Amino acid sequence: MGAYIIRRLAASVVLLFVMSLLVFVGVYAIGNPVDLLISPEADQKEIARVVAALGLDKPLWEQYLIFLKQALAGDLGRSFAFNTPAIELILQRMPATMELALAAMAIAIVLGIPLGLYAGLKPDSVLAKAIMAGSILGFSLPTFWVGLMLIMLFAVQLGWLPASGRGATTELFGVQWSLFTLDGWRHLFMPALNLALFKLSLLIRLTRAGTREAILQDYVKFARAKGLRMRRVIGLHVLKNIMIPIVTVIGLEFGSVVAFSIVTETIFAWPGMGKLLIDSINVLDRPVVVAYLLVIVALFVFINLLVDVLYSALDPRVRVTGAPA
Amino acid sequence: MNVSDALIERAPAAAHVEAPLRRFVAMYAESRIAVVALVVLVGILLCAVSAPLISPQNPYDLAQIDILDARLPPGEKSAGGMTFVLGSDDQGRDMLSAIFYGLRISLGVGIAATVAAVGLGLGFGLIAAYAGGRVDALIMRVVDLQLSFPAILIALVLLAVVGQGVDKIIIALITVQWAYYARTVRSSALVERGKDYVEAARCLRLSPARILFRHILPNCLPPLIVVATVQVAHAIALEATLSFLGLGLPITQPSLGLLISNGFSYLLSGKYWISFYPGIALLMTIMSINLVADQLRDVLNPRLSR
Amino acid sequence: MDLRLLLVGLLLGWAAQAPAQQISIGLGGDVTSIDPHYHNLTPNNNVADHIFGTLVHKDEKQRPLPGLAESWRPIDDLTWEFKIRKGVKFHDGSDLSAEDVAFSIDRTGKVPSSPAPFTIYTKQVTEAIVVDPHTLRLKSAAPYPNMVIDISTVQIVSKKAAGAASTDDFNSGKAAIGAGPYKLARYVRGDRIELVRNDAYWGPKPHWERVTFRLLTNDPARVAALLAGDVQAIENIPTADMARLAKNPGFGIFRTVSNRVIYLHIDSNRDKSPFVTDKAGKALERNPLKDVRVRRAMSKAINRQAIVDRVMEGLAIPAGQLLPDGMYGVSPRVKADAFDVDAAKKLLAEAGYPDGFGLTIHTPNNRYVNDEQIAQAVAQMLTRAGIQTKVEAMPANIFFSRGSKLDFSFMLVGWGADTGEVSSPLKSLLATYSKEKGMGAANRGRYSNPKMDQILEQALATVDDGKRELLLQQAVDVAMADVGVIPTHFQVNTWAARKGIGYTARTDERTHAHAFVPVKP
Repeated sequence: MGAYIIRRLAASVVLLFVMSLLVFVGVYAIGNPVDLLISPEADQKEIARVVAALGLDKPLWEQYLIFLKQALAGDLGRSFAFNTPAIELILQRMPATMELALAAMAIAIVLGIPLGLYAGLKPDSVLAKAIMAGSILGFSLPTFWVGLMLIMLFAVQLGWLPASGRGATTELFGVQWSLFTLDGWRHLFMPALNLALFKLSLLIRLTRAGTREAILQDYVKFARAKGLRMRRVIGLHVLKNIMIPIVTVIGLEFGSVVAFSIVTETIFAWPGMGKLLIDSINVLDRPVVVAYLLVIVALFVFINLLVDVLYSALDPRVRVTGAPA
Repeated sequence: MNVSDALIERAPAAAHVEAPLRRFVAMYAESRIAVVALVVLVGILLCAVSAPLISPQNPYDLAQIDILDARLPPGEKSAGGMTFVLGSDDQGRDMLSAIFYGLRISLGVGIAATVAAVGLGLGFGLIAAYAGGRVDALIMRVVDLQLSFPAILIALVLLAVVGQGVDKIIIALITVQWAYYARTVRSSALVERGKDYVEAARCLRLSPARILFRHILPNCLPPLIVVATVQVAHAIALEATLSFLGLGLPITQPSLGLLISNGFSYLLSGKYWISFYPGIALLMTIMSINLVADQLRDVLNPRLSR
Repeated sequence: MDLRLLLVGLLLGWAAQAPAQQISIGLGGDVTSIDPHYHNLTPNNNVADHIFGTLVHKDEKQRPLPGLAESWRPIDDLTWEFKIRKGVKFHDGSDLSAEDVAFSIDRTGKVPSSPAPFTIYTKQVTEAIVVDPHTLRLKSAAPYPNMVIDISTVQIVSKKAAGAASTDDFNSGKAAIGAGPYKLARYVRGDRIELVRNDAYWGPKPHWERVTFRLLTNDPARVAALLAGDVQAIENIPTADMARLAKNPGFGIFRTVSNRVIYLHIDSNRDKSPFVTDKAGKALERNPLKDVRVRRAMSKAINRQAIVDRVMEGLAIPAGQLLPDGMYGVSPRVKADAFDVDAAKKLLAEAGYPDGFGLTIHTPNNRYVNDEQIAQAVAQMLTRAGIQTKVEAMPANIFFSRGSKLDFSFMLVGWGADTGEVSSPLKSLLATYSKEKGMGAANRGRYSNPKMDQILEQALATVDDGKRELLLQQAVDVAMADVGVIPTHFQVNTWAARKGIGYTARTDERTHAHAFVPVKP
């Protein structure tokens, strides 16, 4: 187990390195950020001066080496646009994205598992069919389109919820959260629902599939034949059987929720990391783009590791070992 | 052509020849919704293929569209006397024509990317399964790495770097998809490799290539077909999302996603048709593919067969 | 967590509906910093106008007004004298003096890693002499007629508070001490800026006690926030929503022509141009865009009114030159070309292209209002006149880098004259490209006419306002007769506010909270 974790971490370091190099070269290839950032009225000398001040006049390899040296010392550079450490920008935005992602996951889990369970246990009932049709719809609806429909309905037509942005925040552990105010929740609901929709459908289907397979298993048939109450059979055997896909969703899909929040944050003007990434790509703010990806990669490596460890705890058949599968 | 399409078009014709196929068709037809979805999907494919023939206008020909016809509601007539059945967009394009051509691009991009990714994944998956050892470990490490990152993130970064264009977005979609197939193929090939018939083939001293392609491959196809069908839908949705974020296709050749995104700014002002109808077309396409894939999964999954 | 805090939070949440003395305003551009000398960007400058303030203010038509300076005059050809307003106090209670002004001008060149420094406006100042606490003299090496206009962009900070402050200190509020009508309460990057009224402000007392600027860069989200009552006013109404908002009796619309012109830059100097082809797509040996008749034909082929009505939904004015009527240096003799396809075809035939040729127009797709839609419309119109035109749209980040490398033949660009007079676009867009002289830095078509250069240089050395304006008008005449660029339209700046709130629309795209006032419905 220990060796396995060390091996995984070593692979992640290589990944971080490769990723930073790729993005560095990639952003360099797109264009020169100074062309965008500088006032259009600046003359040629002024442009050259700014290019030099930002260190962009050096050859690319030299710029990368400087970045690498600083990165190893824990400094991922300062944003060209904000003149703030890139990592600080990202960490400032992280709580907003995290609470959005957490709320979305919560909606998906609280609704998805019971609905999926029902659809799996009574596959021929009308309600189950409706649930499955709904889940296909949820799969098929493009996120951005749903987001706009939600704004149209709840904010403009009905006027129940605010259209965009984040609500009032309170401080907890030195971080601003909007989870503890009513205003915060009013703002959070629509984007979270929007983001949850896809995962909700996924979870319904995974739970249903897991349930259907489980009730065909011999031990479940046996338990039922033995006269165990249905509730107990579900609670004990079926739920245990479907825990694996659910842990996967909570773990792996959480990462994808964080990534997909880019779209939701753009529509709902939610001040999170995803919006920061899009804005930074738009002005070629290389330090922020690189730092964002490194943070995300680190986050994913951590989540994946956690899921693997949880797997082995939940399912004795899965053994985490050092040997390749 | 996509594997699933091949299946769709060939299946009914070949039914009377081969018994397994007939059984397959019968099982597929058990679900009425799935049959309807298949019919819709075939209809959509026909629209896409014959777009130049059935469209009232060529939306890519700038000489045919007129800015003075911009944003006319459904049913209005253009200055040239043509009726915009589904209205016109912000450039004066006929929405109906734009949707037919957009379907072509969306489906084309989705299918092309999926076919290429299937090919790539198939190759790597079979190699990994057959070679085993270090090669297997290396390929699967890359696959795992890639699968641990959300497709949208990889595609986003890739497109930001390589720029816009049909070819670019196909490359991005292939990059984010091949790993699914590699993993699927490898796991089913591993199962097949241990089976008696492969042992038998080995004893007969058949070449590895022959064993791989004539014996193992056909048995790996069913799960691959299911995954590929779902992935076509995913690819289309992903392309639409990337276009919405301004990173996908060029404006002069709008896919469905780009059409929706163009109309996005007009939705609130009541000019719903610019993004509503392409949205419906996109929804129907993705949904019918998903429904077909769903039924295929049930039919092809031996564990659920009764 | 403190339970009381939670309760207060909940109550605040309920009370989101703003009381009378509070206003929330949705801004369309991101504010990257509170440091007023860090990044010369309209949204940043706009916020700085609230917190700091400049020596010379500008009215809604960008005409200079006394600001922190009560008056100014040239003492000789090389010296301007500014009288600093007496009795002005910074937010921390200290007095404004000429020392602070001299410090602020000096600081523009000393902000580390500034991506867009204000030195473009202060580099000609060779020396700032503090004569007494309320008199400042600025010297330059050559006659400097634009001194007042340039200095009107420099925000005045407190020497005491900003002495050794970094950009971070401004963002946190520590150094954000100015003499403006509002004090910074909170800056949440990418989300909002909260301001409270400065009751010791030297000018008229603003109506709103608290102001919240919400950063809503997404167009539909900004409109939705207004409709849903999240904000009471927005800037920059998306053209798509204009008609609907105008019809809604619950909101008022305010608009005025902008100092931003949208124009087409033409590769008019090279013998071969990368995106000029014959109709089959083969590269042409000769660059037809060098011929003024071809450029004139292109201008005539464009139906400006259709672009204004159909693409911009009326939120634009057809343009024939670089600034709208009424602004300094606009030539009374230049009018927009009338739309005339036949005349265009005739000119093309005269130039030796009776069948036209092939061309690609490049455009950014996230920079100007409806940029790629305009480019498509232009392509349609040119195609009708025989010039088969393709459109290539790309994000601004790629567009400007490629444009500056002269990758394009024909491109759509915009120019906002921040100074509010015509020497700004003439100098950057139409003067012959020259690194030594610092001219033509944004001349991506490399238009060049020595006659225009000479008149412009003469104008830039003429201190007399009347004489200079005549020279600038002549320079405009020459450049427009050559069709150095093809202006298509001037944007219209728009604001919308809830009924009962009025606004004075400004040409310079700024959204001043103190210019929103309650009005009788």
